[in-house]
Amino acid sequence: MNTHSDYSFFFAFLPEALLVFGALVVLAADLSLVRGRSHALRTDFAVAVALAATVAAFAAAFFFGEFVSLELFGSRFALLALGVLALLLLAGTSRLKNTAEHVALVLFALTGLMLMSSATNTLVAFLGLELAGLSFYILVGFDKTRRESAEAGLKYFLYGGMASAFLLFGFSLLYGLSNSLDFNKIGATQAIFDTPLGVVALVMVLVGFAYKAAAAPFHHWAPDAYQGAPVTTAALVASASKLAGFMLLARFSSEVFFREDLPVMRWVFVCLVIASLLLGNIAALAQTNVRRLLAYSAIAHAGVLFIAVYTQAHPKSMAHYWLLYYVFTYGLATLGVFGCIAVVENNGGCQKILDLVGLWKRSRLLSSCLLVFVLSLAGVPPLAGFFAKFAVFRETLGVCKPGSEFFWLVLLAIAMSAVALYYYLQILKAVFVADPVKEHGDASGLIKTPLPAAVAIVLAAAAVIVLGLVPC
Amino acid sequence: MSLLPWTIYLSFGGALLSWFGGRRSPLLARWIALASMAGTIAIGACAACQFSPSSGPVSLVNARWLPFADYALSVDGLSLTFVLLTGLAGIAAVLFSWETKKRPGDFFALFLALVGGVYGVFLSADALLLFVFYEIAIVPKYFLVAVWGSTNREYGAMKLVLYSFAGSALVMAGLLWAARETGTSFGMVELVSAARHLPSGIQVPLFALVFTGFAVLAGMFPFHTWAPTGHVAAPTGASMLLAGVVMKLGAYGCLRVALPAFPEGFAMFQPAIAVLAIVGILYAGLVALVQSDFKFVIGYSSVSHMGFVLLGLAAATTQAVSGAVLQMFSHGVVAGLLFAVVGRMVYERTHTRDLRQLRRMALARRMPFVAVVFVLAALASMGMPGFSGFPAELAILAGTWQRSQVWALLAVLGIPVAAAFTLRAVQQAFFGKSAGVGGDGKGAVDSLGGLAGEHPFAPITLPEKLGAVLLLGVSIVIGIRPDLLLDWIAPALESPLLKIAIQGVAQ
Repeated sequence: MNTHSDYSFFFAFLPEALLVFGALVVLAADLSLVRGRSHALRTDFAVAVALAATVAAFAAAFFFGEFVSLELFGSRFALLALGVLALLLLAGTSRLKNTAEHVALVLFALTGLMLMSSATNTLVAFLGLELAGLSFYILVGFDKTRRESAEAGLKYFLYGGMASAFLLFGFSLLYGLSNSLDFNKIGATQAIFDTPLGVVALVMVLVGFAYKAAAAPFHHWAPDAYQGAPVTTAALVASASKLAGFMLLARFSSEVFFREDLPVMRWVFVCLVIASLLLGNIAALAQTNVRRLLAYSAIAHAGVLFIAVYTQAHPKSMAHYWLLYYVFTYGLATLGVFGCIAVVENNGGCQKILDLVGLWKRSRLLSSCLLVFVLSLAGVPPLAGFFAKFAVFRETLGVCKPGSEFFWLVLLAIAMSAVALYYYLQILKAVFVADPVKEHGDASGLIKTPLPAAVAIVLAAAAVIVLGLVPC
Repeated sequence: MSLLPWTIYLSFGGALLSWFGGRRSPLLARWIALASMAGTIAIGACAACQFSPSSGPVSLVNARWLPFADYALSVDGLSLTFVLLTGLAGIAAVLFSWETKKRPGDFFALFLALVGGVYGVFLSADALLLFVFYEIAIVPKYFLVAVWGSTNREYGAMKLVLYSFAGSALVMAGLLWAARETGTSFGMVELVSAARHLPSGIQVPLFALVFTGFAVLAGMFPFHTWAPTGHVAAPTGASMLLAGVVMKLGAYGCLRVALPAFPEGFAMFQPAIAVLAIVGILYAGLVALVQSDFKFVIGYSSVSHMGFVLLGLAAATTQAVSGAVLQMFSHGVVAGLLFAVVGRMVYERTHTRDLRQLRRMALARRMPFVAVVFVLAALASMGMPGFSGFPAELAILAGTWQRSQVWALLAVLGIPVAAAFTLRAVQQAFFGKSAGVGGDGKGAVDSLGGLAGEHPFAPITLPEKLGAVLLLGVSIVIGIRPDLLLDWIAPALESPLLKIAIQGVAQ
């Protein structure tokens, strides 16, 4: 940090500063300016301010981004894009009270995620992680009218708190061993790799990350949190939070985890990947609830993302770009699915896959976009999800020898993608194959998508298609 | 010629139009489909006129797309043959689906998307691009079968799509591994010419992955079970495309990628493939012989006929491979016609496909046009001289004879089997007992009581007639003048890329 002048430091963090400022404006205005006005007006005002702050942060990241580094700029960009979509979705579908607080918390969470994704220092990383985490704990339990939301909030909080504890313990041990907070200095400290204590610290850090990323066997919070949280929150947890988490893990991994003289970490990674791929894909086969299905599919995707994290630690490969591409396009698609669920939910509930039955008749827009999102998640070309997977596999095979463990992991992941198609098709089968269920009564009527939500969903679908046709 | 890529864009464009516009008006959807298919045929025909077989592959588009793959399309005699086949099978399928009442906009949109993917595969000059189009063609199949299908449609659709996707996963693994070993991009020429110099220890697993992956879609023996269930469950238009064109994608992939890229792997597996092909021919033929569902007979006959294609590829002499390509074309046309007769012309009117019931309906008398079409198509399917099946099977068997007389002799057994199950189907479906017993047939029908016999069947519509005449005509023209296609196919097989694959093993 000392190499930069004070101004450049300020500019580098301008996007985060703008977000925090926006959040404060939203809260302050809700208490003074628009107090006592109608709920709709307060909602619109809060979302408008938040969007303005996000767009300003976007611009700031664009113009001053080079002060940090090009690569950090990429993930901030992606996070802000996901943030904008989530805010639009929130404006279109949220039926919760206290929108201003909701919006402000989303902005705080985004700030935390941006800090996390650009951290090169354990302290900043932890700060970002906690800022995002605490905001999300509240957001997951935000729907006070539903019991599941409270349950999800509590579960998410307990697991998240435990993960933070692991992470902090690991970080503090690393600090004790290396006398530094910076990733690169930690990575350069031989003592960590020579002592058992160092390995314990590293494993703790990895466990903390695995909890946050919902990799098996640390995934138990995910299905419940996805199921119970308000939809927009679930969308953010599934997309933006994942993106920031993996970018942080990637940076930490390249500096610390994957050193030639530390094969044990590679094996821990291998176990995580196998467990996530198998458990995520196989458990997803049995799901009847859309959101739980998405949670298990997220676990399965985490398996592939861990492979990408391993690969991008090799300096020559382009895998870092593809990791970001993967997690961003995955985020877009998941957010899109949640967006569609949110709209359907406002028209008569959407928990079971069966609630989507006959959607083709109820809304052309939603069913078409859902087709795009789900196929992208399944990895069907020409959508982005396919190229993400393909490129990650290609890079991974490029850096490892045939017969090495990651070579077999890639083959396992490819085999699992055929399994995954089955459960993704279950969603599409409900949407397109069946006729609307009669007994739902008015629930099988036409669905009118609110404009902001429609914009968000269409933008996400367009991005998934365009990023697929032009991957880089 | 340079318009050929537009066959792809036109199909996908038509799909989008039909998806969003066809909801309002079914008529619009039909005409969009017909116009798109007619447009692609016109483009194909123009290209066919300009095409000179001796000039080798002609590059159509070549643009940088990914760091490791290009958007490259090219055409040679093989591609052109299949482009024409796709157009013919496609337009006939549209004609036979003309009356689709259920969600016609969606039907034709998915149909056109499938056709677009198929065109893409046949024109791709980049292995990744080929793979992308190949997978694009998979998903629409699921919906076509699951929404518009009949018997056991959801099961059939899921089985079909999971088999295809599992196959393509093998191909993907093989391609990734091959590209890793060669260090080249996925450009077909680069990849193939680098891969064939890989050590045989690597070629063997690579060939096994890629060939098996593609052969699943071609309906190779132990992996063929998706084909009969899928074809039977599919609506007529879709089963015409599935049997007519989509199964060819698999064989095309084997011929374009697996064989030339890994000649040593191929040499190792050659006898195994031939054996599987022969087992497929005979086994599927015998199974077809005992089916009571008319459509299953045709479904298994497709597997049996595709066995000949695989045998031709396994024999890998120029003659056998040209025969295999000709057989693919011929089967594409003839199987389409058979499915059209069974699924559309007969089933839509009698509402049964059970041969035991059809036998009592005296269809030959009551639907003479259909009977004539089916008998001709059956003759074509059995490989009668004068129809396209004859030169194709002859070339395959003669080519195989050069390689191994035992294979050829065993495969020849498939021909009487094919004649048996085809004639049995003809006899039971159209010339049942009741028609013969009563002399004039009329009394016999009456004596059966309330059988649908009394009220006449709906007349054969114009689109049905057009489609049937089109496909029959093509089959007869190719049967009489196979050289029209062989003149394109043979030089394409002589091209440096394929030549080594086909003759490298011959020594």
